[in-house]
Amino acid sequence: MIGLNHYLIVSGLLFSIGLMGVIRRKNLLMLFFSTEIMLNAANIAFAAASYFYNDLAGQMFAFFIVAIAASEVAVGLGLLILIYKKNGTLDLDDLATMKG
Amino acid sequence: MFEQIAFYFFSAATVVLFLITAFSKNVLYAMSALAAGMVMISGFFFLLDADFLGAVQLIVYVGAVMALYAFGMMFFDATKDVKEKNAPSYLVVLLGGLSALLLVVMFAAPILGSNIEASYPPIEGISNPKSVGLVLFTKYLIPFEVAALMLLVAMIAGIILAGKKMDISLTDIEEDIAISEEEEMSLDEKDGEK
Amino acid sequence: MENLVYIALFAPFVSSLFALMFVMVPKQTFVGIVASMLLFISFLASSILAYHIVMTNEVIYVRMMDWIVVGNLSIPFGFVADHVSVTMMVVVSLVSTVVHIYSIGYMDHDRSFNRFFSYLSAFVFSMMVLVMSDNFAGLFIGWEGVGVCSWLLIGFWYHKKDVTRDINPSISPSWAANEAFIMNRIADLGMLVGIFIIFWNTGSLQYDVVFPKLSEIAVISPEILITAAIALFIGAMGKSAQFPLHTWLTDAMEGPTPVSALIHAATMVTAGVFLVIRANPLFGMEEVAGVSYFIASLGTFVAFFAASMALVNRDLKRIIAFSTLSQLGYMFAAAGLGAYWIALFHLAAHAFFKALLFLGAGNVMHAMHDELDIFKMGGLRKKMRWTWGYMGLASLALAGIWPLAGFYSKDAIIESAFNEGNLILWAMLVITAGMTAFYSFRQVFLTFHGDERYKEFGIHPHEMYKYVLIGMSPLAILAVVAGWGKDWFEGFVTNLLPAYKMSEHTHHLVTTLTIIVSVFAVSGILIAAFKYIRGLKRSEKMENSFIYRLLANQYYIPQLYAEMISKPYAELSNIFWKSIDMKIVDATVDAIANIVYKSGDGSRKMQSGNLSNYLAWMTFGAVALLIAALISSVLG
Repeated sequence: MIGLNHYLIVSGLLFSIGLMGVIRRKNLLMLFFSTEIMLNAANIAFAAASYFYNDLAGQMFAFFIVAIAASEVAVGLGLLILIYKKNGTLDLDDLATMKG
Repeated sequence: MFEQIAFYFFSAATVVLFLITAFSKNVLYAMSALAAGMVMISGFFFLLDADFLGAVQLIVYVGAVMALYAFGMMFFDATKDVKEKNAPSYLVVLLGGLSALLLVVMFAAPILGSNIEASYPPIEGISNPKSVGLVLFTKYLIPFEVAALMLLVAMIAGIILAGKKMDISLTDIEEDIAISEEEEMSLDEKDGEK
Repeated sequence: MENLVYIALFAPFVSSLFALMFVMVPKQTFVGIVASMLLFISFLASSILAYHIVMTNEVIYVRMMDWIVVGNLSIPFGFVADHVSVTMMVVVSLVSTVVHIYSIGYMDHDRSFNRFFSYLSAFVFSMMVLVMSDNFAGLFIGWEGVGVCSWLLIGFWYHKKDVTRDINPSISPSWAANEAFIMNRIADLGMLVGIFIIFWNTGSLQYDVVFPKLSEIAVISPEILITAAIALFIGAMGKSAQFPLHTWLTDAMEGPTPVSALIHAATMVTAGVFLVIRANPLFGMEEVAGVSYFIASLGTFVAFFAASMALVNRDLKRIIAFSTLSQLGYMFAAAGLGAYWIALFHLAAHAFFKALLFLGAGNVMHAMHDELDIFKMGGLRKKMRWTWGYMGLASLALAGIWPLAGFYSKDAIIESAFNEGNLILWAMLVITAGMTAFYSFRQVFLTFHGDERYKEFGIHPHEMYKYVLIGMSPLAILAVVAGWGKDWFEGFVTNLLPAYKMSEHTHHLVTTLTIIVSVFAVSGILIAAFKYIRGLKRSEKMENSFIYRLLANQYYIPQLYAEMISKPYAELSNIFWKSIDMKIVDATVDAIANIVYKSGDGSRKMQSGNLSNYLAWMTFGAVALLIAALISSVLG
């Protein structure tokens, strides 16, 4: 029987994959993809908890996460475009300008 | 039985697809794999009786977000492989692998996992979208409105950020940058001569 | 009458504050004049109070305000003008006034003229607080105030460099000031312990509450009273420079001469005697008779011991300082024998002629350009007639020659020793009286008579300013007449102090005893005259003899203290500094700083400016949190 733990394990695995992407990637667009993976992993966990605890609050949280992800993509992509226009690249190693 | 097969299928599919996203060099492949993974995720939601959430997932992620990415990618050169000096793999394996291992251990270990056993069996009878609607527009009305406002703000921000100087071609800007860099170089040389 | 108490008390304080306003500006003569006038006002107020008390026999209590009120402890700023304190007030304010006037002339050329008056008046104020307080806490404030002011004044010429003990036995003014202060601090600890014991057992510090309760305590446990008496007397020993805490007094001569006059005559060393007199209900009890007997014995010993050192000393001021020490010994002898009014009488009489003696010495010093070696003087009588007269008069009084003040007071002390049947004390005091006469006149003759040795050193002595000499005259008059009011004084202060009457047996022998003492005194003078009046004849043989060197080096006690206490203490401090402070305390502090500094330096590399690195660090933190969560869930 598939229980809550199964879903949580899948969620954890997906989250770790997203994390790996975040560490590994230097391209900002790819970093965005990785964060999407992490957000979705969290969504699975919420939905599973909602189902197994019979409480709709988990799904509500998942909805709001989706909304946040959507706004994040909208704003983030706008910024990416600006950065690309300004620097001609999206590589983080080339954007290391925060050094004092 | 069906549930198990479906669960394992979706699990394997999402893991593989997302791995492709995280490790592919080609932006197009990565994005396609991400979109496919999103679809598979919605499969989990349907399995979990969250029909409405599954539908939202398909519409928002696969429909809207992925379309945004696709449009965004038009600005960047998507056909080429991404050239990047990836972080050393030991770091990726160590941190990512460790976190994966820890999460799995935490959820899989019998002693640790026992305290998160499901305790409430689902109530039959009411369809999911209806109950979601009831809860969302009563208990979560204010957060819902705030989320709507946030999306509006995000939309305006996206338009302003990306829409500014839309009429100027990127190549011109790149030339400007190149020129200014040359000027800097020549200035440096002058400094050197002094 | 209350206002008079405040005027007498606070006029010196106002004077001090007034002078304090001008410390940063060059010499202003009016500062000295205003200070002297304020002191004179204090003297007038004290005199009127004294007159009032003499006439009405009424004790005046003044309670200015509450000072400390905590639980059962209630200490007011209260002052009392009774027979004892009013006597002290008159003596202190009179001597201080003369010293202030004198200082205007003496400190004429000093660049810190204004500062000097500020300290001097503060000194007098502290002594007034000490004398007038109606409780032990107020007494202690004055006690400490006197200590601080003496430190400031002894070290007045703090800029002088340290020299070795061979050149100047006091090393330097700042050294002498520290010595005085530290010695007093040791004794003050004893004093504090005594005050605590009294408070613990009586629940109060007011004299009029504490003293009636003493007899109740005596019934329960006499040991407490003995401990309290010993502790208080240790405090008195420090302030009054009794053996073994006496070395600071002679070294205190490093201060300007008016300060010496003030310390010796009025404001400091008499405080110890005053404490014993003030606490006479305690010291006079049957239970503490042992302590009182010890006080008398120690006083007699110090009288003799100090006089012996004065015999050979060559320093004009040090000789007088030793004589003070000796006379304090007399006072303690009297107080220890229960003759408190005689001790107070000698205190007052001594204050007048000792101040006169010191101010005269100051004149000589002024004339000789700070030269103090009496072997380099001689024949000054021709140049300084007034000073010669004053010092001769004061020395006669000190030696106890009829009819001057010293005769009456000292004679009374020696009589009381005889009266107690203690012939050893009596004999020692009589011999000391002879020695006193000898060294006083040795000094007078070597300074003012004989060949004019100062000419070799190219010094041109000159007499002091006229107004200074006139200002000194009240002291001279009092040095003569103070003794004549002995019987009246006895009647006055024994209203408060226990009466002390000679037994019939002594009474019959009074004339004989007086003649014995006078014979000793006169013969002392005659020996001095015989030896020195025609000039200085130095004898190598005598100066190299063991006893002479022992006395000249003050029994090697300062050297002993330096070797036995100061040096080991310095060594110990060095060890603590190097091994404990540097290696443990400082090292710990440094290590903490280093940890912060090094970790900051090390973690600075994290701030690479590369977002990717930051993300990796963030992940690292997340993983660490996960591990922590896992561990905590496993544990519990």
